[in-house]
Amino acid sequence: MNSPHPIQSLVKPRVIKPTVFWRLAEDIPSTLSSTLILVSVLFPLVTWWAITTFGQVDPKFLPSPQQVIEAGVRLGRSGDLLRDTVASLWRVGVGFAWAALISIPIGVLMGSFASIRALLEPLFGLMRYMPAPAFIPLLILYLGIGEEPKITLIFIGVFFFNSLMVMDTVKFVPKELIEATYMLGGTRWDTLGQVILPHVVPGIIDACRINLAAAWQLVIVAELIAATDGLGRRISVAGRFLRTDEIFVCLIVIGMIGLLMDLGFQALLRSTCRWASQRR
Amino acid sequence: MFLQIKDLHKNFWTRQGELVVLKNITMDIHQGEFVCALGASGSGKSTLLRQIAGLDQPTSGEVRIEGRRIVGPGPDRGMVFQHYTLYPWMNVQANTEFGLKLQGVPRQVRREQASYYLSVVGLTQFARALPRELSGGMKQRVAIARALASEPKILLMDEPFGALDVHTKEAMHEFMLDLWQRTKITVFMITHDVEEAVFLSGRIYALGSRPGTIRKEMVINLPHRDHTVKRQAIFHDYRDELMDLMRKHGQEALAAVA
Ligand SMILES: Nc1ncnc2c1ncn2[C@@H]1O[C@H](COP(=O)(O)OP(=O)(O)OP(=O)(O)O)[C@@H](O)[C@H]1O
Ligand SMILES: [Mg+2]
Repeated sequence: MNSPHPIQSLVKPRVIKPTVFWRLAEDIPSTLSSTLILVSVLFPLVTWWAITTFGQVDPKFLPSPQQVIEAGVRLGRSGDLLRDTVASLWRVGVGFAWAALISIPIGVLMGSFASIRALLEPLFGLMRYMPAPAFIPLLILYLGIGEEPKITLIFIGVFFFNSLMVMDTVKFVPKELIEATYMLGGTRWDTLGQVILPHVVPGIIDACRINLAAAWQLVIVAELIAATDGLGRRISVAGRFLRTDEIFVCLIVIGMIGLLMDLGFQALLRSTCRWASQRR
Repeated sequence: MFLQIKDLHKNFWTRQGELVVLKNITMDIHQGEFVCALGASGSGKSTLLRQIAGLDQPTSGEVRIEGRRIVGPGPDRGMVFQHYTLYPWMNVQANTEFGLKLQGVPRQVRREQASYYLSVVGLTQFARALPRELSGGMKQRVAIARALASEPKILLMDEPFGALDVHTKEAMHEFMLDLWQRTKITVFMITHDVEEAVFLSGRIYALGSRPGTIRKEMVINLPHRDHTVKRQAIFHDYRDELMDLMRKHGQEALAAVA
């Protein structure tokens, strides 16, 4: 055989050296991993503490960890923090539940039937790129400043994304699995309910996990603009009176709640979809 | 005539134009026969099986089972696919029962039926395992049990052992023959493996490629069917004849492409 070029003389020899830290798509030893996790949590905390302790910073600009803890205790004792948290969670809960309830079946139908996809995908694809916060003035105009505009905002922010993401997970159901079901005597309806739906449950849970994070951000944005209670409202009030420590308290609470919701969905995924756990 | 394929043509429209995949296919398969269609990769074997399954409609010609024309998929034909098609969230027992469940068989009956066919394929101990905990050979045995559980008129198999190693494959061959003799089921199997076809079938249709046509129909008469027969001259004669035929077609196909 004579190929047109003497390739061996043109290519550099390479070896891949063993490594621990830079392993691609492989696990690292658990001690290393817990050390790194600890560093990622402690480093910002220690830096924050060091700056406020040694750095002569105005606490109105950056409060120290102690001041933030004190503010947290103060807000907690008075019941304000709990009231605001519940208000925000309630809005997210209602708006997200409605959006999920409607978007999941619509997403499954869009993924399963090209006809329904053709009917809805152009509209949804367009709506998805309209930032939900940009609807706030309209919603206030149409629905006033009560709970309705905030819940509707969350609905708008979640519904289109969630429908399209659920639709995409349905497209990953292997065609042969659907055909195998027909060969076993399943109707289209059976196939939709007993094969496609269980197959996409992990994907749906994942889509909901991601979109709940978006909903949680939206409620804060909505409350920043117009609300009488809620964590976003508390931040905007605290900002007006330069109570920076309270802003920090609210930010930390918002972050913690978001993290807990995420972990909750991950646990749900693990417990309901053991069969899929190796895929992710 | 049990399964009857008459003048079947299948064309696909692709970006390069019209592709003739199957041309002039006529086959007859009798009740209780074990027939193989043998052909190289790309000769249209899966396409042929999909027409019989009713998952696809022929461009012209027809397929009949017991005189009735096939218009769509249905559980009267048990299908074992080329790739693994078990439901990953169901355990082996639930996978095997699923066809019966879809057809409305009461729970107790379908449980017993599935257990019986799991014992036929030798997987009783794995009834509670999930598909991903099984080896490739075991997965295909579950797929066979699942297809058999509805007691179809014919078992259609698309290279069911193509992904298995030689030894597992041999074990599956013995298993298939044993199963066929015990259940008396009609089997139409597709393969590119000449020895597999000769060892298992009573009759072979050898397909040529591009377009897929029947080049030869061959009746196999082996004195007995166990692995020792593979060393006998008669087995070699069948095998060599088919190998020569396929080699010739392969060269023709290559020349046609070049
Ligand atoms: N849906 C389709 N659209 C266009 N072309 C197709 C389609 N299905 C199959 N073909 C073409 O038909 C030919 C035969 O395909 P088929 O899958 O039937 O081959 P096969 O004999 O089963 O091969 P293998 O042994 O590799 O499974 C191929 O050239 C393929 O590209
Ligand atoms: Mg094939």
